Amino acid sequence: MIPSPFEYHAPTALPDVIALLSQYGDEAKLLAGGHSLLPMMKLRFAAPGHLIDLRKVAELKGISVVGSQLHIGAMTTENELIFSKLVAEHLPLLAEVARQIADPQVRYKGTIGGDISHGDPGNDHPAVMMAMDATFVLTGANGERLVKATEFFHGMYDTALTPGEVMTQIRIPIPAAGTGSSYAKLKRKTGDYATAAAAVVIRLQAGLCTQARIALTNVGPTALFAGDAAASLIGKPIDDVTITQAANLAMAICEPAPDLRGDEAYKTAMAGQMVERALRLAVAHVK
Amino acid sequence: MDQNVENHERLEKLEGIGCSRKRREDPRFIQGKGNYVDDIKLPGMLFAVMVRSPYAHAKIKSIDTTKAKAHPGVHAVLTADDLKPLKLHWMPTLAGDVQAVLADGYVSFQNQEVAFVVADDRYVAADAAELVEVDYEELPVVVDPFKALLPDAPVIRPDLDGKNVGAHGARKHHNHIFNWQIGDKDKTDRAFSDAEVTVAQDMHYPRVHPCPLETCGSVASYDAIRGDLTVWITSQAPHVVRTVVGLLSSIPESKIRIISPDIGGGFGNKVGVYPGYVCAIVASIVLGRPVKWIESRSENLTTTAFARDYWMSGELAADKSGKIKALRVNVTADHGAFDACADPTKWPAGMFHVCTGSYDIPNAHVSVDGVYTNKFPGGVSYRCSFRVTEAVYLVERMIDVLAQKLNIDKAEIRKRNFIKYEQFPYLTPLGLEFDSGNYMPALEKVLEAVDYNALRAEQAQKRADPTCPTLMGIGITTFTEIVGAGPSKSCDILGIGMFDSCEIRVHPDGSAIARMGTISQGQGHQTTYAQIIASESGIAASQIAVEEGDTSTAPYGLGTYGSRSTPVAGAAVARASRKIREKARKIAAHLLEVSPDDLEFDLDQFKVKGDPAKAKTMKEIAWAAYNNVPDGMEMGLEAVDYYDPPNFTFPFGAYLCVVDVHKKTGETKVRRFYALDDCGTRINPMIIEGQIHGGLTEGFAVAMGQELPYDEQGNVLGGTLMDYFLPTSMETPHWETDFTVTPSPHHPIGAKGVAESPHVGSIPCFSNAMVDAFAHLGTTHFNMPYNSYRVWQHAKSLGL
Repeated sequence: MIPSPFEYHAPTALPDVIALLSQYGDEAKLLAGGHSLLPMMKLRFAAPGHLIDLRKVAELKGISVVGSQLHIGAMTTENELIFSKLVAEHLPLLAEVARQIADPQVRYKGTIGGDISHGDPGNDHPAVMMAMDATFVLTGANGERLVKATEFFHGMYDTALTPGEVMTQIRIPIPAAGTGSSYAKLKRKTGDYATAAAAVVIRLQAGLCTQARIALTNVGPTALFAGDAAASLIGKPIDDVTITQAANLAMAICEPAPDLRGDEAYKTAMAGQMVERALRLAVAHVK
Repeated sequence: MDQNVENHERLEKLEGIGCSRKRREDPRFIQGKGNYVDDIKLPGMLFAVMVRSPYAHAKIKSIDTTKAKAHPGVHAVLTADDLKPLKLHWMPTLAGDVQAVLADGYVSFQNQEVAFVVADDRYVAADAAELVEVDYEELPVVVDPFKALLPDAPVIRPDLDGKNVGAHGARKHHNHIFNWQIGDKDKTDRAFSDAEVTVAQDMHYPRVHPCPLETCGSVASYDAIRGDLTVWITSQAPHVVRTVVGLLSSIPESKIRIISPDIGGGFGNKVGVYPGYVCAIVASIVLGRPVKWIESRSENLTTTAFARDYWMSGELAADKSGKIKALRVNVTADHGAFDACADPTKWPAGMFHVCTGSYDIPNAHVSVDGVYTNKFPGGVSYRCSFRVTEAVYLVERMIDVLAQKLNIDKAEIRKRNFIKYEQFPYLTPLGLEFDSGNYMPALEKVLEAVDYNALRAEQAQKRADPTCPTLMGIGITTFTEIVGAGPSKSCDILGIGMFDSCEIRVHPDGSAIARMGTISQGQGHQTTYAQIIASESGIAASQIAVEEGDTSTAPYGLGTYGSRSTPVAGAAVARASRKIREKARKIAAHLLEVSPDDLEFDLDQFKVKGDPAKAKTMKEIAWAAYNNVPDGMEMGLEAVDYYDPPNFTFPFGAYLCVVDVHKKTGETKVRRFYALDDCGTRINPMIIEGQIHGGLTEGFAVAMGQELPYDEQGNVLGGTLMDYFLPTSMETPHWETDFTVTPSPHHPIGAKGVAESPHVGSIPCFSNAMVDAFAHLGTTHFNMPYNSYRVWQHAKSLGL
């Protein structure tokens, strides 16, 4: 449990981060909390020559309302999401998911941008970002570009980030009245990744579902956007029949990797169970 | 002052037996001021790491240490070839086998010790370990003990080629270790032939690990000038370690000092001697500098002392009323690549023969076969006395299987079979004498406390409702433990009887120091031993310093495991205290100019019978012991006691558990757990409750999640805390505790030991509850651990 030798950098401004990234290229890894990276380094699965710690870059922090969106700095910690009044008021789902990530110690260090950028299908934010229709701001030597959450995740540990780019901000539309959301996560114990989890955002008007987005955690090489499952709910009441139908459609897109948490059949079945659970909770959360 | 008030104040000041005294250990631990092995820092100390095999079974064609030795900061790289001239490349195990210290030409489990790299610090050592080049030739792997016994199974131990007799008798196959039998086979077989009803059930108790918070490690420091070896070590038995080190190194025990400082939990994992300890000692002798070796978490979980891995087949014969006539048990015990079980020498399956439990079973026979596989060695008792968890699991599961077969209530069938109060002392068909017990009131108290009938009614209602999303299960166990190993006539380790010891010295000011051969790993010995001394000798507990763990100061003892500290060392403490008291009586008589027979002991003083104004306190007597003793008496006030127990002690309990199992996800909620324990005389009720909470939590962990599974290639899966289940406060159920008191008739203060009962008793209770949840669907058993995945698979197999 001792990492290979590495050089540590702690820049204080974003341009310095970009400069270091272009200087060291593949040799460098960004440290954005470190609760995925450092264990991999200690096990010597990862051995970056340079660690660029983003902790001191002030412009990567903070939560604000801009127009109809919430803008969240990529280095905002999970606990800052949990304790944020703006998040509680506008995007309670974000605090709900953060509370289900790991344990309090991890949540004081782990960041939303780190969780997303790592590209691990077991992380919880990716599916939630898809369900909330988030957009990510990626900054590199050539300036900023915007990428939708649904287009960001390319494969296991593989994202739209190009070498030299850093995720700087997450932008999430503030839901309209009548929206309810939830994140249902099945895990073996505190601190574990999900066996399966589902993020759901729905909007009810006059008893019928008018908008729906569903995404799944840890049942494929990336978080999965369950478009068909969500579409099946539109124009209908959310009841036992439509919930079961949506869960079945969500299960149809699962391709989980077997491990000690379960085989393919179990994880797929649990994805369905979590969709059902999240939908029922989302209906209860509508406001 | 009112006499009663004064007496009460004196009693409170004494803090003796029965007082919930706060733990004296806690202030240093909760302030981070403990002193663990990894806190030891010596001038010039080096750090070592192990190079381990990635393969479960392979021939080692060559080891090239050139690059590692050339790495800056590296002082030595040891391999088996370096240990051979010292004859230290193999070492004896506690089970009469040998174990490779560093792999001698082949490896037989994944992560086996291959080379030992010693460097300036742990960072350099870790880098250099990667530079050791080992050329392996992979061999076929066997991780299943049944496959290991097939005729053409790979040979796991070529070093044993041609040895048809092992430490415990004949070996019938190249991977067979021993067959051990106890009980009357013919009578038992006859009882089965004649029986109205028989049931049989196979069950696997999975390979688990005690996983103490502190991993194993040591600091060895050899002083070449003085010829002294000092070793700080994570050991539950420092004196035994000293004897082993003396045997291995030929250094006299008088020149060896073993120190167990603060120990961060043991649970059986820290009983044995591990290759890292031996290598650190050799490296220190060779290099003339102190050498520290500390395991990582994964090394701890995958190399040092697993527990269990018993494949058990149980059978019960009974009449139609459920009265049991016979028990028959066959066990295939997977011991891994070396037989390193920690059991008393004569007992290769430990105290497994306590498996007739709390029940009056006239006939029984047990047969256990030990088998080698390509898995890491161990077979220690994880928070239990030797193999007792397995034994209790078997009988508590079997009686439920019988109850289901006969459609008798699971509480009722226990009542019909209990050993009755008037039958004690009770000789079991497997040769144990249960000293005391009173099972019926314990069970009835529990059933009443939880309103058992209402729970069964609720369960019936839920079973009748197909829309109910959960299954409700009720588990009961009424277990008997066997602890306090043990009488030297039947128990020894390496030929040393399993006594324990206490030495007390009372200082002139009336304060005292007491030293024992045991070592606390969290049990609170500093607190409870002082309470025994307080009650027995009249010295206030707050005035007593308790020391353990340093072989140069403490009297020889066999250590702390198997709940033996209170039954064995605790008895020595009481008896040494009584020796102090009797000498004090004579001094008091001398001071008061009366006969010793005219005095009576009263809490903290001796007073003259009929003239209570004439009295001498222990404080006054202690002062006099150093300046004014009767003619012919030696000065000083000291006592030593070595206690060889006449029998084991037999704590018991009645537990009840209620679970709600989600049919569609397998998630299980432990709704209620009620634990009644009878550990005899209760020394510190608060510590007892803490021990019970800890044992129940570890039992919950074992039943609901812990296992170390292997794949076919012999890779150990789940060797990190991501997969290995250590419950946090979030997962842990709420515990309700209760007690009865049935003192041990042969223990000086009637105490029996308690720390392990909740582990031993709770695991079958969880199993019984889980099986009970599915019992109406025909389930008689399914194996632990009951994680959601496994429970879901079981539900699915029943069509739920």
